[in-house]
Amino acid sequence: MPDSLIHQIKVVNRQLSFSCSEDQALLMGMERCNAGAINVGCRGGGCGVCKIRILSGEYEVKRMSQVHCSADQLQQGFALACRVFPRSDLEIESDHCDAVLIPGDKPAEQNE
Amino acid sequence: MRNGVMRPGHVQIRVLDMEEALEHYRDLMGLIEVERDNQGRVYLKAWTEVDKFSVVLREADKPGMDHMAFKVLNNEVLEQLEAELVAYGCEVEQIPEGELSGCGRRVRFVAPTGHNFDLFAEKEQTGKWGISSVNPEAWPRGLKGMKASRFDHCLLYGPNIEETYVLFRDVLGFELAEQVVDPEGGRVAVFLTVGMKAHDVAFIDCPEPNKFHHASFFLETWEAVLRAADLISMTNTSIDIGPTRHGLTHGQTIYFFDPSGNRNEVFCGGDYHYPDHEPITWKAEDLGKAIFYHDRVLNERFLSVLT
Repeated sequence: MPDSLIHQIKVVNRQLSFSCSEDQALLMGMERCNAGAINVGCRGGGCGVCKIRILSGEYEVKRMSQVHCSADQLQQGFALACRVFPRSDLEIESDHCDAVLIPGDKPAEQNE
Repeated sequence: MRNGVMRPGHVQIRVLDMEEALEHYRDLMGLIEVERDNQGRVYLKAWTEVDKFSVVLREADKPGMDHMAFKVLNNEVLEQLEAELVAYGCEVEQIPEGELSGCGRRVRFVAPTGHNFDLFAEKEQTGKWGISSVNPEAWPRGLKGMKASRFDHCLLYGPNIEETYVLFRDVLGFELAEQVVDPEGGRVAVFLTVGMKAHDVAFIDCPEPNKFHHASFFLETWEAVLRAADLISMTNTSIDIGPTRHGLTHGQTIYFFDPSGNRNEVFCGGDYHYPDHEPITWKAEDLGKAIFYHDRVLNERFLSVLT
């Protein structure tokens, strides 16, 4: 068995890159490289903290919370990084979270 | 003053993928799968519970909590509480007997935090799992994973904490066991109980309504919490924080996430509460120590990662 294919993920807004294998979601690949390029939340597609926009490249996604990423947004290249599996090198933009709620604060403004 | 609400009954949680969720709740946490209904919902229970179920999982495209339910003493109390909720100004919804398999009729209201709460008087009792109620052995063989012993409480985030506290106190008879108070004297967190436990449900102030922070399950010992931590690593389960101790309630704890991003806790220990106890107060300025007693620093995830 060959090793799973590994792709380079370029995070343009943080000027950082990390490598991620095809069987690993981008967020876990990033954590494994200790890259600190995407904010980490629940790692399960539920909280929206790791929302990114994929600018170029091919990928597959697993089901994620529609509260944080609607079908329309998925079409536009938004996704939660914990549910995105690379199929080629990718260019992405992190920090698209619109879900961070700190008690006492007002809801964060939408990024889009 | 207590008003006939007896204890937590169950929580219904939305998951993105049922089979992944079952590997988590059944195989890792050690809940027992009881039934699958014609809507595809899966019912589970922890082994020490006498009720048929305490956790219901429903597959959906957004994780979070559908509702949390409390058991009341009997049907007369259920009718009385329903009338008192209406008189208080709550809209109540009738959920017919059998909507959840084995559960009697439920009375639903929406708390000012935006969460659905159900009250019920009757649920099928199948007894503790794997041991008899006569000359019971110490524990059943064949439990999996963390061997969670019971569903204990939920922590929920939403607005209108004070209004919610007053409703739970004045209508449902909950008592304030612990609170977090800001420098102006406002409550930003309330830990409410209807028994001797430090909390049966807790709320933390948050601008967005109806957010789910975690469902918590009880373990007997600190050793069991450490063993749960080992199992979380063995299964590459998403961890939040711990093992550590809370300042609030003083429970020993670990937080982690199910495969849909819903947070779970397993914990042991914790303080007790009697009706004549004054609430324990933590200062909001010391929230780090209140939540994580050893690190004394809040990780941002605790406040911002919700489903």
